[in-house]
Amino acid sequence: MTTVTSEIAQAPRAAQMARFARLRRLEQWRYVLLLLPALVFLIAFYGYPVAAMLTRSFSEPGWGLQNFEPLLQARSALDAFGLSIPMNAYIRVFGITLQIALIVTVFTLLLGYPVAYALSSVSPARANLLMILVLIPFWTSILVRSYAWMVLLGQEGIINQALIATGVLAAPMQLLNTRLAVYTGMIHILLPFMILPLYAVMRGIDRNLLRAAGNLGAAPSAVFLRIFLPLSLPGVAAGCLLVFILGLGFYITPALLGGQRDVMISMLIQQQISQLNWGFGAALALVLLLMALAIYLLFTRLLGVERVFGSARA
Amino acid sequence: MTASTPAALPRPDAAAVSRTRRRTRPPLSLSRVLLWIVVAVVLAYLVFPVFIVAPVSFSSAKYLQFPPPGWSLQWYENYLNRPGWVPATFVSIRVAIITTLLATTLGTAASLALVRGRFPGRNAINSFMVSPLVVPGIIVAIGIYFFYAQAKLVGNPLGLAFAHTALALPFVVTNVSATLHGFDERLEYAAMNLGANRWQTFRRVTLPIIRPGVFAGALFAFITSFDELIVALFVSGSGAVTLPRKMWDSLRQEIDPTIAAVSTILITLSVAILLSAELLRQRSERIRTATWIAEEEELGARE
Amino acid sequence: MTDMDQATYAVSGAIGSLGARVIFDRIEKRYGSVVAVDDVSLDISPGEFITLLGPSGSGKTTTLMMLAGFEIPTAGEIYVDEDPIAAVPPYRRNIGMVFQNYALFPHMTVGENIAFPLQMRKMSKAEITRQSGEVLDLVGLPGYEGRYPRQLSGGQQQRVAVARALVFNPRVLLMDEPLGALDKQLREHLQLEIKALHEQLGVTIIYVTHDQEEALVMSDRIAVMNNGRIEQCGRPTELYDEPSTRFVATFIGESNFIDAVVERLDGTAVCVEAPGLGELRAPMRSGLTAGAPVMLTVRPEKIVAVGDENGMAADMNVVTGTVDDVVFVGEMRRYVVVLPGAQRLVLKAQNRRGVQGFARGDPIRVCWNVDDCRIV
Repeated sequence: MTTVTSEIAQAPRAAQMARFARLRRLEQWRYVLLLLPALVFLIAFYGYPVAAMLTRSFSEPGWGLQNFEPLLQARSALDAFGLSIPMNAYIRVFGITLQIALIVTVFTLLLGYPVAYALSSVSPARANLLMILVLIPFWTSILVRSYAWMVLLGQEGIINQALIATGVLAAPMQLLNTRLAVYTGMIHILLPFMILPLYAVMRGIDRNLLRAAGNLGAAPSAVFLRIFLPLSLPGVAAGCLLVFILGLGFYITPALLGGQRDVMISMLIQQQISQLNWGFGAALALVLLLMALAIYLLFTRLLGVERVFGSARA
Repeated sequence: MTASTPAALPRPDAAAVSRTRRRTRPPLSLSRVLLWIVVAVVLAYLVFPVFIVAPVSFSSAKYLQFPPPGWSLQWYENYLNRPGWVPATFVSIRVAIITTLLATTLGTAASLALVRGRFPGRNAINSFMVSPLVVPGIIVAIGIYFFYAQAKLVGNPLGLAFAHTALALPFVVTNVSATLHGFDERLEYAAMNLGANRWQTFRRVTLPIIRPGVFAGALFAFITSFDELIVALFVSGSGAVTLPRKMWDSLRQEIDPTIAAVSTILITLSVAILLSAELLRQRSERIRTATWIAEEEELGARE
Repeated sequence: MTDMDQATYAVSGAIGSLGARVIFDRIEKRYGSVVAVDDVSLDISPGEFITLLGPSGSGKTTTLMMLAGFEIPTAGEIYVDEDPIAAVPPYRRNIGMVFQNYALFPHMTVGENIAFPLQMRKMSKAEITRQSGEVLDLVGLPGYEGRYPRQLSGGQQQRVAVARALVFNPRVLLMDEPLGALDKQLREHLQLEIKALHEQLGVTIIYVTHDQEEALVMSDRIAVMNNGRIEQCGRPTELYDEPSTRFVATFIGESNFIDAVVERLDGTAVCVEAPGLGELRAPMRSGLTAGAPVMLTVRPEKIVAVGDENGMAADMNVVTGTVDDVVFVGEMRRYVVVLPGAQRLVLKAQNRRGVQGFARGDPIRVCWNVDDCRIV
């Protein structure tokens, strides 16, 4: 082989290596410069305000944990007044919120799974067509959809009218401002968030695996339970995570469709802030955020970030 | 097998297609019929409420009544003539346009950095940028509220647009990043090899190819801002009353079908946007097939 | 050149330029602790057609990427005509490149694709039109300006990629697996076209492939790469007949390997002792000492089956064994022979009238010329 080193003026090799390393770092700095505007903006109008607000839970009106005390008094309330007294009202709100989010998650899964399954079993062209029916509500304002349920569920609403007209009911039933209305509206709004990741994962399942299972003697039910269902679990995880976390933070729908007793955390926070209990409002916000974070970590630890979000993004 | 597809009469051009399709279609069993009944019910549940609003908006009755006793356009007139509605619409449009421009520019640049760059902390920054998607809206809203109360930005449309930009950025970042992941980096290499500097490469090659993703992100950004209520409740004050805020106020006071008229307008807008997004998606698919052809040939050559 | 080739490449005017000399000087590229390219030095003459040949992960593409400017080396320098370029951004290098899968811009027509490098060089519209037309004539696609890449066949896309890489008269042309996506017949045809183009234009071509046959057919010189290093660099015949390492012997063509120990060196030849086979001889090679374990390599087609007759020439190595397997491969038969000591030997015999055939289990005596084998 030819050696050419001596022909050309030699910069000391070490100095040149340092120069190349600087060039490569410069290359990465270009990317950082591209990122910087968005990052600074997000810190200024999201990161900093949220962090500053959360610190108020410790600093308002004075430094300390006093804002968390109302949340820790549940036990003493029970002890002091006996079992006939309802639990601490704040703890109750957390309980209601968790319960609503959980029930909504279960029902969106039960309703969404068959839809995603059916759509994933037809040709992509037909599935896209049917998917429009899922996307139309998805793209419609939450406020408008909540209003639509008010129209449907009201005393003079379509459902009551229809039930009276068909003779099922003699007089209108209270549907609006009930827990049932909250469930109906929230499931309606969150269902697309379940169907979309489920569908994405199911589309990615290799149909040949199902044929292979059938060929190996599995009955259709066994093919579904032993092959399809386990393979679709990442989609189930992603959908449930998304719906549950979004459900925890709901405000508009329960406020419009729920009754006096259907208070969720977001509504409580809003109420506290408007009553100028800023420290306590911030404390409630911190607890809500920690709950969402805990659920997120639980899911991603159990299943791996890639499995939960890699699939949802597909 | 033939019994399950009685409709597959031999149309000459479709014969080959139907033959392969017939083989892949599962047999029509009772469980499949039940499945599709469930699917139909669920899809009806999803779509029905959205379309029930339109007839109400054309009702002549003063209160919610169904079916409407007569037809009229009075609620649309109300929307146009009653104080507040039209200005709120314009505020919403203005805020949404500023949000879209800001979020799309910042988000596209950030996506390029996050997908192409190899600097430390990339994953953490990515998680931070996407987190507004899952952090409950009320938390962002009161954070912004306290901040704006100090910064004297309450009631300022620009302030509202900034807050909305923070909420909309994740949508732009996820959409543009997804398109960039599907992008063949060799195209950028080729452009630079042919003499285009970084900006020219972006303008002439990268942007035209990722444009569908950028448009999709921009659409999401627009809708996010246009529909946003919770932040607006806290910081719109009296100077930046948006349409959702106005609707909320009116829902809490008197429910008359004016809001149905507004809703119908919004739904029409959503459907129009959805359809244009679908068209965009199809277009991007067509561009992607160009690379598929090459890949298929590669596969063919290996077999 | 056949007549057809000359018809395809009508004589060009302005397209084409004198090739540049390219020098890799002790180039190294690390990714963290992984060494992708390890101390590569290579001097490429103006107008040479050189191929970097190696399996995937051997560092050949990384080497090419550093020359094109998409990667900055960790150490070393690259010179084009005496100018150091390792730190020059890719868009100022003026090096043409045909990418794997072509990287034609899908949103531009063929004409726009080809005009792109000329626009970047701020050429006038008239000049762009003229040069685009000329280069399309050169690759045999006149009048294709208005088509989109997706409307072209694989072979046509390949030609457009070549045209786009040549239109700005680069003095060096890089080709990264440019024929990898095509079927065998088209590939062989385009190999000849590219070779003809090279001869006509005089541009220096650096070609990357994992296909050894392609490398042998096209190149003036081949650099065989493995694990980031150049194992051997030389003319195709040199590499085939005189592989210097076991890797080169296996990667290019088929080879037999016989374990042996150096017995003595007698000036012109090396005598080795192979267990069970006795003494074998090979051409002299420096750096060997008696008692060193070595490997003897010989190509299957250099081995001949012979009868029992004595009187073998002195410059032959002879061994006997048993036929273990016979495969009919059309123009020849491939025999696997088991030798004493359980070593195996593959040989290929032409299917010709009068050539004796063997069956499984037959005893067989084979020989090869001493000059046809190598110590590696």
